[in-house]
Amino acid sequence: MAAAIEIENLSKIFRLYKEKYTSLKERALHFRKIHHQDFYALENINLDVDFGTTIGLLGHNGSGKSTLLKCIAGIIQPTSGLVRTTGRLAALLELGAGFHPELTGRENVYLNGSILGLKRVEVDRRFDEIVGFAGLEQFIDTPVKFYSSGMYIRLGFAVAVNVDPEIFLVDEVLSVGDETFQRKCLDKVRTFQDEGRTIVVVSHSADLIRIMCERAAALHHGVMVATGEPNDVIRAYRERLMQDAASDADLDPGLARAELSPVWGKVTIQEAEIVYRDADEGAVRQGEPLRIDVTIDAPEPSDDVVMALTIYGPLGGLVFSTNTRVLGVDLGRVHGRRTVSFVVDEVPLLDGAYPITIGLHTNGGLIYDFWEQQRVFEVKAPGQSIGVVALPVHVDLDRIRR
Amino acid sequence: MTQIPNSTTRTFTAQGSVPGRLREIARHRELLINLVRLELKAKYKSSTLGFVWSLLNPAMYLVVFYVAFNVILAAGVPRFPIFLLSGLLVWNFFTAALSAGTSSIVGGSGLVKKVWFPREILPLASTGAALVHFFLQSLVLVLALLGLRHPVGWAYLLLLPLALVDLILLTSGLSVLLAAANVYLRDIQHFVELALMAWFWVTPIVYLYSQLTKHLGGRNIALINPITPIVLTFQRAFYGLYGNVLDPRLRFGWYLRNLVVLSVAVSLLFYVSMRIFIRLEGNLAEEL
Repeated sequence: MAAAIEIENLSKIFRLYKEKYTSLKERALHFRKIHHQDFYALENINLDVDFGTTIGLLGHNGSGKSTLLKCIAGIIQPTSGLVRTTGRLAALLELGAGFHPELTGRENVYLNGSILGLKRVEVDRRFDEIVGFAGLEQFIDTPVKFYSSGMYIRLGFAVAVNVDPEIFLVDEVLSVGDETFQRKCLDKVRTFQDEGRTIVVVSHSADLIRIMCERAAALHHGVMVATGEPNDVIRAYRERLMQDAASDADLDPGLARAELSPVWGKVTIQEAEIVYRDADEGAVRQGEPLRIDVTIDAPEPSDDVVMALTIYGPLGGLVFSTNTRVLGVDLGRVHGRRTVSFVVDEVPLLDGAYPITIGLHTNGGLIYDFWEQQRVFEVKAPGQSIGVVALPVHVDLDRIRR
Repeated sequence: MTQIPNSTTRTFTAQGSVPGRLREIARHRELLINLVRLELKAKYKSSTLGFVWSLLNPAMYLVVFYVAFNVILAAGVPRFPIFLLSGLLVWNFFTAALSAGTSSIVGGSGLVKKVWFPREILPLASTGAALVHFFLQSLVLVLALLGLRHPVGWAYLLLLPLALVDLILLTSGLSVLLAAANVYLRDIQHFVELALMAWFWVTPIVYLYSQLTKHLGGRNIALINPITPIVLTFQRAFYGLYGNVLDPRLRFGWYLRNLVVLSVAVSLLFYVSMRIFIRLEGNLAEEL
């Protein structure tokens, strides 16, 4: 079956001008002296997105992820190669949808609807829902140039999700707006996923992509460095960043800090093993103990070592993070192989698979090594409560008497 | 939703074909209509009389020019306002569409940078809005003709649809071209204003075609101005041979031939403009 989005050998070259002249006088003055440099924003990208898939595009600022999204949306044309999309496409790029500032919210809703291919009666039918979703009933007849940026984005999102798109493109939009609206948006995206729509999310947040997407693709300086399972892609992407770390200073700090460390590799993680009480079960029961044995190796003696443990939830969010210093343990001098165990006496978690990340760093935060979600432990919990944490809740009746 | 009914497949490449673009525009006709409507609305925003203003403008012309030329100056062309308005209708359409069209893409940058649609629709919508005004103003002229029981050139009315098609192709072709060029060189919109003023006075709207040819020696040179054959047809059809002002030796065949030659030229212009537009379009969003 054909894919919803097919990208073949796509390249985009931007011309970088030292200065840009758009008036006749300036052009005449600088005639034939306009120096430009060709810059590959995207280089030979190939990507297929199947119907009903949610894919995340990961990359730091300037990696070309937004450019790729604009190419998919058709807003800029590729220099070579092609993009083919099948199905009605709605896009939310950067901050806001395509609005005409002079027109009122109402007029813009109709305009946007017709851009996305809806007939007037179809917009009529959805109008109340759109305005309700955006929560802009009072301001719908005000020109959008008077809208706050939050109102702008809310209306844009409301239109885009209510035109029944088969392909939905989102660029960092979910990180703006107030919390209530963000929740609304995420819920809507989840609904879209359940309905089997194709979604492309652009983000520099690895966590967001891990939570939301079934597939991911990482871009680095306009080149696709990895595609596949989000966890694999995130790992491959970080490795790629690490290779480039020496030469690049402009990396996304959140992703790159680890690999820029000057002490990298001086102490390494050799093995990490999850030990259940009942090895045959392959899982820990709620309330039972769990141990994580980590073997580390330091070829040179080192006095300044802290081990960190981070546990993620089945849906990707952070559940718990700690380290040996916080727990009051000094590893002392590390030389050669050593084993450090984290012991959880009673696991207070509910059903699911919990990926863990193990890191080694100095007291000052310089990183020696880390294993990003390479181990997972399973929890089996009796009962039918849902969530992540098994809070010890019981029910009392009639505590307050009248 | 593995199978999508009635879904459209769109392909974006560096190349595009003109017929493909026209199909895409046809698919977006709802948007085109919407933009025309909005442009009309914007013009008379918060005015009480609204569209009546469109009618008052040519009506005022009729009265003012009657008083000025036929009463006070008492010279030249009898029923001068009728003559003037016959050509001015064409010109008003042309100039309104072209100046709005030229700045349409720069003005619509909010849309162009954020969503995809065939960008030609923006200048085409300006042409569409001007066309609505054109019909409203024609209404005034037609009412005046009826009121005066003016002897129109009946046979020549048949040429008007062809003249109008030529006019629309000419205007939209130029608008599409200038709208894209204006993104790269913003001087163009100011240049257009100036050029239109000069263009008006080399077109026989206020004066007669025969007066123009007398000065030029040969008459074919004046027909190089693509607006001229259209204006002449409108004058011949509406004003007719009243008072023997228009040259009676110019027959139906002459007008028809001019329009046919022009339609070949403007079709070519439209095609070339679209091709250039497709070439320039690739970087529109980045240049804005």
